[in-house]
Amino acid sequence: MKFDTIIIGGGLSGLVCGLRLQRAGRKCAIVSAGQSAMHFSSGYFDFLDRTPDGKDVSAPLDAVDLLDKEHPYSKIGKARLTAYAEEVKEFFKGCGIMLEGDPCRNGFRITPTGNFKRTWLALDDFSVFETDTCPWNKVLIVNIEGFLDFNTAFIAQSLESKGTVCTTSILRLEEMERIRKNPSEMRAVNIARVLERREVEDKAVGLMKDMAGDADAILLPAVFGLKEAGARTRIEKALGKKVSFVATMPPSVAGIRTQMKLKAGFEAAGGVFLQGDTACGAEMDGSHVTGIGSVNFGDIRLEADSYVLATGSFFSKGLTAAPGHIVENVFGLDTDAPSERKKWYCTDFFGRQDYISYGVKTDSSFRCIKGGGTIDNLYAAGSILGGCNALYEGCGAGTAIFSAFSVADTILSENA
Amino acid sequence: MEIQEYNISENNFEQCIKCTVCTVYCPVVPVNPEYPGPKQAGPDGERLRLKKGIFFDETLKYCLNCKRCEVACPSGVRIGDIIQAARIKYGRKKPKLRDMMLAGTDFMGSIATKVAPVVNTTLRIKPVKQIMDGVLKIDHRRTFPKYASQTFESWFRKEAAARQEKFDRHIAYFHGCYANYNYPQLGKDLVKVMNALGYGVRLLDGEKCCGVALISNGMIDQATRNAKTNVRIMSEALSSCEAVLGTSSSCSFTLRDEYPHLLGVDNSAVRDHVELAVKFIYRLLESGKASLKFKKDFKARIAYHVPCHMEKLGWGIFSAELVKMIPGVEFTVLDSNCCGIAGTYGFKKENYEVSQAIGKPLFDQIKVIDPDYVACDCETCKWQIEMSTGYKVMNPVSILAAALED
Repeated sequence: MKFDTIIIGGGLSGLVCGLRLQRAGRKCAIVSAGQSAMHFSSGYFDFLDRTPDGKDVSAPLDAVDLLDKEHPYSKIGKARLTAYAEEVKEFFKGCGIMLEGDPCRNGFRITPTGNFKRTWLALDDFSVFETDTCPWNKVLIVNIEGFLDFNTAFIAQSLESKGTVCTTSILRLEEMERIRKNPSEMRAVNIARVLERREVEDKAVGLMKDMAGDADAILLPAVFGLKEAGARTRIEKALGKKVSFVATMPPSVAGIRTQMKLKAGFEAAGGVFLQGDTACGAEMDGSHVTGIGSVNFGDIRLEADSYVLATGSFFSKGLTAAPGHIVENVFGLDTDAPSERKKWYCTDFFGRQDYISYGVKTDSSFRCIKGGGTIDNLYAAGSILGGCNALYEGCGAGTAIFSAFSVADTILSENA
Repeated sequence: MEIQEYNISENNFEQCIKCTVCTVYCPVVPVNPEYPGPKQAGPDGERLRLKKGIFFDETLKYCLNCKRCEVACPSGVRIGDIIQAARIKYGRKKPKLRDMMLAGTDFMGSIATKVAPVVNTTLRIKPVKQIMDGVLKIDHRRTFPKYASQTFESWFRKEAAARQEKFDRHIAYFHGCYANYNYPQLGKDLVKVMNALGYGVRLLDGEKCCGVALISNGMIDQATRNAKTNVRIMSEALSSCEAVLGTSSSCSFTLRDEYPHLLGVDNSAVRDHVELAVKFIYRLLESGKASLKFKKDFKARIAYHVPCHMEKLGWGIFSAELVKMIPGVEFTVLDSNCCGIAGTYGFKKENYEVSQAIGKPLFDQIKVIDPDYVACDCETCKWQIEMSTGYKVMNPVSILAAALED
């Protein structure tokens, strides 16, 4: 089966890359083994929260100069990154995803434990805060009765320690009783399915009206809007108060909605999404990839002019760690992990874990390297890239989106 | 490293990292709170069951075996297999008469086709449906598939077998119970398409029901016997045929994956050559070794529903590409949703409501698109969609046959 570009990996990076190429008229296929890390999304995209040496970052674009030359952002370069940052909201808007926040400046988000952490842009229904302190004096924190993946007491404790007056309350909805019968499935997505019925949402809003009192704002678990966002605005309007959604334990309602919209956008543009299939059996002719196979396709080959590796890191099985080395699983590419295992990790659990930064080596255009030589038509995007520590630096989504933009643009310019 | 290898079970439940992604894609969870969900029923429950079988929970019967959890799992855990294997290993409930009747598609079909007009009329009479509902607990709201008066096999022997031998190349056709007893036209369509591609069709020597319904109704011994026979006859057929092709996604899926995973029947010698006709035809056309000539005036607006087992096989794209290839076809792929029937599941009185609730998003979408007909590779999806929406459903192979130039 022939395509212009084949992308391995259907997460944020693979979908963004595929969408950009497909919109520009290239015929793309995405091979996706299992669902992606978007299902664990916090509801926010981070660009660069701190530098590799630990300095907090307010303006990510200004901090790019401080990064090592192997960092994906250094390879893209400040000029292009600036243009990409300015374009990002429009890009996502194209498939109905409205991002909130200033694309050139970091803001803050409320974490599920009630702390304020740096972030960049918010997915629909989440809000970006200007400072790391709670903007409200009195806050009501509401949970759904029986929902264990959202802890109001944690949030209240953290906010109160910084002077915000908090009350907590529980929404009792008889419509939830059915799913409460099964506590192990009383999860964000299933709650969202019940709340998606407008009469249930209206009922919840009615109950909140009674409990809101003189609170300035209401914090709610992010259990609204599995298919369509907009619940926050509706609730704010009905209550006449500020509302902020706070991430729950996975599955992430907002992350899944975003993933579904990206996938729908990709397919609507004509892209082919092969769900639940695993790429394997890559074939090379010298430094050129000639085709890949897939577990489901068997002997039917998938062929394209160019290939994008967006498999993700360890969690998504892009990388596997063996006792003495770290391998890339589809092509056996060169990785930047040192052979000395002790260097991979830090014994302080909360310290910087270097293994998270490991990934494939690439040239300045994200072309992959195997056995020391550059492969001319295989690019890498997203967390499979080495050179940055998404967890420590807070640069996971930015790396995924911008490296995908960059790779797509390289492919387009080469085939112009 | 060796220790690690020895500690990974066959169904790899220990690879589960408790991420809960499977529960998002289970079609049963949103509509039936009695079902513990794929994570609890699968890898979580397996830990307990390995300690002691008494932790087995009969509510696992609510699993449709659609395998959508497996398609979604980022860690490659065979969640659906774990659940079905647990039902086989620990299930204490014996299949009822009703279950045996529904699952015995082969046995029931061979009797019913002999008296098809009587059976077809009788199964549509209200009092009969009420009795079946009351006594057998087969829901009275279900429409039963009609039986044919002549089986596909007997038609084939009389009308088609001889001319198949004029071809140099052959495939063996695993027709399954549906094409044989209910809808021989599908088999005739396959013969027409394969002949147009330059292939003769042969039957397997003593094909048995693939066993998908036997497995889901707990009739494991019979399923295993069928599996062993089918593997043997497929292997024999492959000495003179290039492949064993099916026209039902669930049959092909069962032959390829459920035999080794659930029944412990080794099919490794034949598995790579057992596939759906659409995949074989796609490969043939793509390689340029054969071509099909279509009618110039063919026109149809077609919406394609990918059956769950087709999603698991990952072959929906082949059906889609073939149907799209026909000039004059306006084509839409429906959203990935389960239709709710899951073989015999939806026929059971206790499952009717759940079955229809699961299928609702799909039915609604079909009604909005309002196609000329729906394309689908699975017969039970076909019954469910036809009954619940009123739209006609055609197998992609039948669509190809209808569009072929005369």
